[in-house]
Amino acid sequence: MQYQSQMVAKPYFIAAIGLFIGQIIFGLIMGWQYVVGDFLFPEIPFNVARMVHTNLLIVWLLFGFMGASYYLVPEESETELYSPKLALALFWIFLVAGALTIVGYLAVPYATLAQVTGNELLPTMGREFLEQPTITKIGIVIVALGFLFNIAMTVLKGRKTTVSLVLLIGLTGLALLFLFSFYNPHNLVLDKMFWWYVVHLWVEGVWELILGAILAFVLIKTTGVDREVIEKWLYVIIAMTLITGILGTGHHFYWIGTPEYWQIIGSVFSALEPIPFFMMTVFAFNMVNQRRREHPNKAAVLWALGTAVMAFLGAGVWGFLHTLSPVNYYTHGSQITAAHGHMAFYGAYVMIVLTIISYAMPMMRGRAAANSEKAQVMEMWSFWLMTVAMVFITLFLTAAGILQIYMQRMGGDAAQPFMVVQENIALFYWLREGAGFVFLTGLILYVVSFFVGGEERKETA
Amino acid sequence: MSGAFTKTMARNIFYGGSAFFIFIFIALTFDTVGALPERDHRENINEQVILGKRVWENNNCVGCHTLMGEGAYFAPELANVYNRFGNSKEAIIGFIKSRPVDGIPGRRSMPQFNLSDEELEGVAEFLKWTSEVDDANWPPNIQG
Ligand code: HEC
Ligand code: HEM
Ligand code: HEM
Ligand SMILES: [Fe+2]
Repeated sequence: MQYQSQMVAKPYFIAAIGLFIGQIIFGLIMGWQYVVGDFLFPEIPFNVARMVHTNLLIVWLLFGFMGASYYLVPEESETELYSPKLALALFWIFLVAGALTIVGYLAVPYATLAQVTGNELLPTMGREFLEQPTITKIGIVIVALGFLFNIAMTVLKGRKTTVSLVLLIGLTGLALLFLFSFYNPHNLVLDKMFWWYVVHLWVEGVWELILGAILAFVLIKTTGVDREVIEKWLYVIIAMTLITGILGTGHHFYWIGTPEYWQIIGSVFSALEPIPFFMMTVFAFNMVNQRRREHPNKAAVLWALGTAVMAFLGAGVWGFLHTLSPVNYYTHGSQITAAHGHMAFYGAYVMIVLTIISYAMPMMRGRAAANSEKAQVMEMWSFWLMTVAMVFITLFLTAAGILQIYMQRMGGDAAQPFMVVQENIALFYWLREGAGFVFLTGLILYVVSFFVGGEERKETA
Repeated sequence: MSGAFTKTMARNIFYGGSAFFIFIFIALTFDTVGALPERDHRENINEQVILGKRVWENNNCVGCHTLMGEGAYFAPELANVYNRFGNSKEAIIGFIKSRPVDGIPGRRSMPQFNLSDEELEGVAEFLKWTSEVDDANWPPNIQG
């Protein structure tokens, strides 16, 4: 670690991992409710568990992105962070606001939460992923602005690299697009349409810039390949991301009341969206093959390669599977969507955050460049357990989805009601839950790997 | 990637390409918003529909159900429940009203929200309005 202020990333990463554990516990609760319908009812209804699961996911990924920025921007800019104090203050504000929101979800009925937080004044609640009370949303905006200011000032006063610039563009886009969450018209069609300006333009737009920048940074550091080469790749990848992903938004405008020309635009452009993910895979493997050094942190390199592969599978392959409008007509809002959502989020965003944590954490804990062999082996085991478990979760949900569509949406008069079909395919939900427990095992091992092995004795870096 | 293709060229493709498609997207946004009134029947959005949407949001119905295919996949699609229940608002109201507080043993359960008559009427009217939006004939059949 080259700059003292990079240390502020540490609490962000620790909080991220803590919230990740919470997310998975609620995932398992929901997985159980899928097969034992009245589990924890009415104490924790499914919708509450779901809000906690998805909101924890988003919040811990944001913690991860912020931690990554605080770590890599000083190093890229070759200067101390503009204000480590501000970074630490924002950390606590974000953590407390996040915790209060989750407690609110669990402690009182959602309608009560809406009432006590004054949702009537500016109604923004009750929409998927944007369930946070309006005041929490305002808090998120304030934290994001303070964070952006801090990062931008650091970039401005230091060396300007492509990596930090792309990261900054991505983060700015993230904050700006979130403002659409405050637009909630009475007209459901308009509401739905602009909801995607947050959700789609995040995960298939600006977040990919953040992903690309972090991946490029870790590859520069671990492979020693010429920065010029890596930055050229980065530009090409993010160019393809936005060229395909912006109009690709149309794949959400097939069946929500928007004009039918979106079926063509959305199908064509979103069918091209796998390209940047494919390029990312080629890029990562090429750079590692051309490496000029053997970085002692093997686990970090594994996470980086894993990110590229799994993002391509989850977003690219599973996205393409249901993105053409004639296919989406049948798959829309089925378990196929859930299968894709899980692998894409895990492969792209969970894994990139774990990559930067794997790379940065040993140094922030005072180790030369990497954890001990023993700790790394354990971390790599956790990599495989979580990743293979996620592959199986995806496969089981895909199987469930295919059967669901066949029984419920095809076959004319023989089509069966939703609730009947859900019972017919319960086997696959049991299997998914089993894979979920393997995932949890991997996650526990991941946490344990921080506490074993001590320092690496032989030093290479 | 090497040779004649330089980083500057890559950067220019990024800025140029992004700017171009952002512009197209904004243009299409305006076009779509302009075309919506013919499809969403906004003339039917009355006080009841507005209240119904608020009830829908304040109770997080989307956390279990899909509505026009978006939301959660735990409980039935509701954009066409009005039709599934025989074009009857009363049936919808009756269903929501009759949910047992402690759920149905062993079965996925829907909470008892204790909605007022006005709120029930609103949410049913909202679901009726939603069922009438021109959504390119989705879902494929009545089961949603
Ligand atoms: C905790 C999850 C949950 C929440 C929240 C929830 N529902 Fe439900 N809902 C269900 C389940 C499960 C069923 C299926 C019940 C059954 O068939 O026994 C259902 C069924 C229905 C049905 C009948 C659908 C059909 O085709 O049979 C309607 C109408 C409905 N819900 C409306 C609502 C409204 C309106 C709200 C919000 C005020 C809401 N639900 C919130 C779980 C939920
Ligand atoms: C890392 C990137 C991505 C992530 C994190 C992601 C995540 C998600 C999530 C969570 C949903 C469900 C949204 C909801 O709840 O309604 C979704 C829907 C969808 N995604 Fe992705 N996605 C990514 C990339 C892609 C790509 C590249 C494609 C196309 C090639 C794609 C195609 C789709 C489609 C068509 C839907 C709609 C599904 C439906 O109709 O129900 N996604 N995505
Ligand atoms: C470990 C076991 C896990 C289990 C059992 C689990 C279970 C679930 C369930 C049951 C849902 C709700 C589906 C519905 O709406 O009906 C869900 C939603 C979701 N989960 Fe998980 N989950 C797990 C792990 C994860 C992980 C690791 C991630 C992140 C990568 C994740 C991201 C999501 C997302 C994005 C959604 C919303 C999906 C959508 O709307 O399509 N989950 N999860
Ligand atoms: Fe999308």
